[in-house]
Amino acid sequence: MNRSEVRHLKLPVGDRDHAQGPPDAPVTLVEYGDYECPFCAQAYPILKNVRKHFGTRLRFVYRNFPLSEIHPRATPAALVAETAALHGKFWEMHDLLFDHQERMSDADLAKYAAQLGIGSEAFLEGIQSEDVGRRVQEDFMGGVRSGVNGTPTFFLNGARYDGSWYYADLVAAIDAAIRVAGEPLSQH
Amino acid sequence: MGTEELAGGIRTERAASVVTEGPLAAGTVAPDFRLKSTPDQTLSLSELRGSPVILAFYPADWSPVCGDQMSLYNEVLPEFRKHRAVLLGISVDGAWCHAAFGRDRNFHFPLLADFEPKGAVARAYGVYRAEEGETERALFVIDGEGVIRWSYVSPVGINPGADGILEALEALAAEGGAT
Repeated sequence: MNRSEVRHLKLPVGDRDHAQGPPDAPVTLVEYGDYECPFCAQAYPILKNVRKHFGTRLRFVYRNFPLSEIHPRATPAALVAETAALHGKFWEMHDLLFDHQERMSDADLAKYAAQLGIGSEAFLEGIQSEDVGRRVQEDFMGGVRSGVNGTPTFFLNGARYDGSWYYADLVAAIDAAIRVAGEPLSQH
Repeated sequence: MGTEELAGGIRTERAASVVTEGPLAAGTVAPDFRLKSTPDQTLSLSELRGSPVILAFYPADWSPVCGDQMSLYNEVLPEFRKHRAVLLGISVDGAWCHAAFGRDRNFHFPLLADFEPKGAVARAYGVYRAEEGETERALFVIDGEGVIRWSYVSPVGINPGADGILEALEALAAEGGAT
């Protein structure tokens, strides 16, 4: 294999993943992200609009890729999001974190959990649990193995997408992927 | 683009952007060097004999992207260390520039200054871009005997990630050739 060719997801999208959109959507977009990464925060509202545009034709998956040496709050934030997931609140926490990227102290994170109705005991138990820690680490290493090279990194139907993630470019790339999957084009 | 098969299944890979000589191929003895690793210390390749070495050439310090290549490798360092591999970043930036960059990004591995004569080591490895005065984005995995076992040049704008390095280290370990 030549490394300049397209890189593919080594860990296929499955039940373990946090996904929005139907499992049989013609396109699955996977993001490897870091809650403290400013580029991920920039991509976050764009992705919301992209999801709105494609509706049920797109499944969106978020996986953790905390670059903890440059972003010391990225791993605590990822643990908190995975803890929220245990309470069925992953996406609510994902959104809270990206909406408040500048405010992710321990106290802030506990406050966001409380806002989502997660009690302080359950919160502490979650963020300290081995399973939650392992989950974040699995996401990270799965990403490394798949050729994730920074944040955000996207995969479109399993293939690494190296293009621009600005709205128009991403929509065009997803349209192309839908076309390949044999589905009708989106209405512009 | 080409993958060259050498004796013992050793492979070297090249991206399409490399048109001329390209990087030293797998099976080649890695040219020794001694470069500044801090403003007052030097490091030579030969003193690392016995451990696999990952030599990561990159164009310049202070890449503006989050999770640039060196930051990614910094995060993956524990995985490299499972193979007892030593990671060396290398660019044409000077030792003081490297020191500031490394401190800013919290790196736990040395950055070598291929600074004077500029790019001499990159040239020896076939990965200098004379027009830009910078090195290619090139990776070499060198075994404990000082032989290149895997090399790769990425298109300069594309961070190659860490998966190729890990695969090369695993191949090395599988042969028991890590020492």
